[in-house]
Amino acid sequence: MEDKILLAHGSGGKLAHELIEKSFVKALANPFLAKLDDSAVIDLSGRLAFTTDSYVVSPIFFPGGDIGKLAVCGTVNDLAMSGAKPLYLSLSFIIEEGLPRGELDQIVESTRQAAQEAEVEIVTGDTKVVHRGSADKLFINTAGVGVIPEGIDISGSNARPGDKVILNGTIGDHGIAVLSQREGLSFSTRLESDCAPLGSLVAEMLAASPNIHCLRDPTRGGLATSLNELAKQSKAGIRIEEEKIPVREEVLAACEMLGFDPLYIANEGKLVAIVPAEDADKVLGAMRRNRYGKSAAIIGEVRGEHPGRVVMKTVLGASRIVDMLVGDLLPRIC
Amino acid sequence: MKFISEFRRSELAEGLISQIHRQSKTPARLMEFCGGHTVTIFRYGIRQVLPQTIDMVSGPGCPICVTANADLDKAIALSQIPGVIIATFGDMLKVPGSRSSLQEVKANGADVRTVYSTMDALKIAEADSNKSVVFLGIGFETTAPTIAVSVLQAEEKEIGNYYVLSLHKLCPPVIQAILDSGEVKLGGLICPGHVSAIIGSHPWEFIARDYGIPCVVSGFEPLDILQCVDMLVAQIENGESKVEIAYRRGVRPEGNQQALKLMEQVFEPCPARWRGMGEVPDSGLKLRQEYQRFDAELAFDIALSPAYEPAGCICGDILRGVKTPLDCQLFGKTCTPQYPVGPCMVSSEGACSAYYLYGGDFGG
Repeated sequence: MEDKILLAHGSGGKLAHELIEKSFVKALANPFLAKLDDSAVIDLSGRLAFTTDSYVVSPIFFPGGDIGKLAVCGTVNDLAMSGAKPLYLSLSFIIEEGLPRGELDQIVESTRQAAQEAEVEIVTGDTKVVHRGSADKLFINTAGVGVIPEGIDISGSNARPGDKVILNGTIGDHGIAVLSQREGLSFSTRLESDCAPLGSLVAEMLAASPNIHCLRDPTRGGLATSLNELAKQSKAGIRIEEEKIPVREEVLAACEMLGFDPLYIANEGKLVAIVPAEDADKVLGAMRRNRYGKSAAIIGEVRGEHPGRVVMKTVLGASRIVDMLVGDLLPRIC
Repeated sequence: MKFISEFRRSELAEGLISQIHRQSKTPARLMEFCGGHTVTIFRYGIRQVLPQTIDMVSGPGCPICVTANADLDKAIALSQIPGVIIATFGDMLKVPGSRSSLQEVKANGADVRTVYSTMDALKIAEADSNKSVVFLGIGFETTAPTIAVSVLQAEEKEIGNYYVLSLHKLCPPVIQAILDSGEVKLGGLICPGHVSAIIGSHPWEFIARDYGIPCVVSGFEPLDILQCVDMLVAQIENGESKVEIAYRRGVRPEGNQQALKLMEQVFEPCPARWRGMGEVPDSGLKLRQEYQRFDAELAFDIALSPAYEPAGCICGDILRGVKTPLDCQLFGKTCTPQYPVGPCMVSSEGACSAYYLYGGDFGG
């Protein structure tokens, strides 16, 4: 019989202790977890960034990652988008009974690897097991803290007319990779999720210019939604150029087939930065030197006109509004 | 060859745009029949780059939009029958019928499932033989063959719990109905690409011959549309009216014979109700007698109250090309993609949704 997670693994009793010891503490080995106290005790000073997120992606394994890597990267990226250096995470697992133990171990291993790459520690966690049908295989909830260096002031309301809009790479990879896996769609090349921790990229961008105005990771709702949020928060217009936005041919093909617009497809390793024009080249250069910014590009600029709206110059030279995502394009992609 | 980015190259577009400007002298109204074309036209701002002589109007080519409320009500009524699973393409969920939408009845417990192909619906039926699976057969000649295949497979595999609610519509008869009404005067017709991939270009010939209207079958990329407009303008300026194919990589004059054969084997033409146009003869498809046991309308006792349209909604006029979304009092006020009143705002291929999402002049 394959080793599976049972309700008793979440009971708080012996099986639960065994699961925590073997699957979590051992794999994620660090002094905070090893103490097995009720909470992690951490010394911190400075301005704190604090975020939380829940992950319900289906399927839990997808090309380029799994729900564990996604949970770590997503939380790290939310911290990085406020300019913080991500430091500590919590991970809570809500497991549907019957999940193969091997799958859980694989996911915990992914979280370990992602945390190692992102240079964060998973310092506390929790496990609950629910009846079959009460969850779908595995849900993960996280919280994360980081510290914002002196002199950094990043907010969605900081965009100013004249600023440049920079994107770190191709859009739509994550949403289409997950959807293809889920619906059994296959394309001539294997498309992988872009799921990645962006802490080091942001640190290098800030080293190039501490004057970055806004950072945002275009996850659910895609680039279009993030740009609209920034335009509204800053009460400024944003104008982007369709030709400058990098999109993979296989993402374009999938979008055509399924009737989607890549601008609305989720990403998990992308960020959009709004930067004063005079610092744009410096920041772009720093981005292109990082592995997660190789195809970074300036895709547009902030304008004084049409405040709160995003307008795109199409490949034909015409202009059109880019609105926020309405409704639910692709459910459960993160 | 890259089949998408190659058709979005701006330098090629510039050449076509300036050629259209040079060529076009006679004012003409062109109708794009297909909702997919409407989206491309708005998404790339094609109306902005055309000369003032060219006036574009959207047609009835959005299958969801043209589905009459009475037929939507039928689908919703079926979802209320215990043991019935409704399988549908995702776009249908949000469309409001007279009283409710599939999305609402789903939230209230009806078993409504989104599928990406008819084969998925068949799989659901195979997996759960105690339930009845009703596939909502909504679409034009493009989807009808795949639904025909699902019926044939259900028969072959003896799947007794699979049904189709056939609300299919045929494109050429409705164009004829629009032209016969005399409400819109067209200088050219952008014929649908995917529909023509199935039926070919021959079924459009009566429009060029009997009504003297130039017809060009177009693909869905911005360059496809520009090339199509260029060819229509050439016909207009030369005083010609013929059927041409600009979408050669997708469409042959004779169409897809195999798909047509399957469609004909399973379905036969019947009158169909169109939103805004009422009943149009021979513009729908019903299951032939041999396959009637798959017909959801015959298999289930559907209790229906009279259908009605939302007050003030002019989707019907918009679908006939008589009015544009900007003529509607509800547009952008009480009717938005978040809170749609009419189907043309709900469907991603609806004219109202395209006007709303991509509209507005932000040139410069």
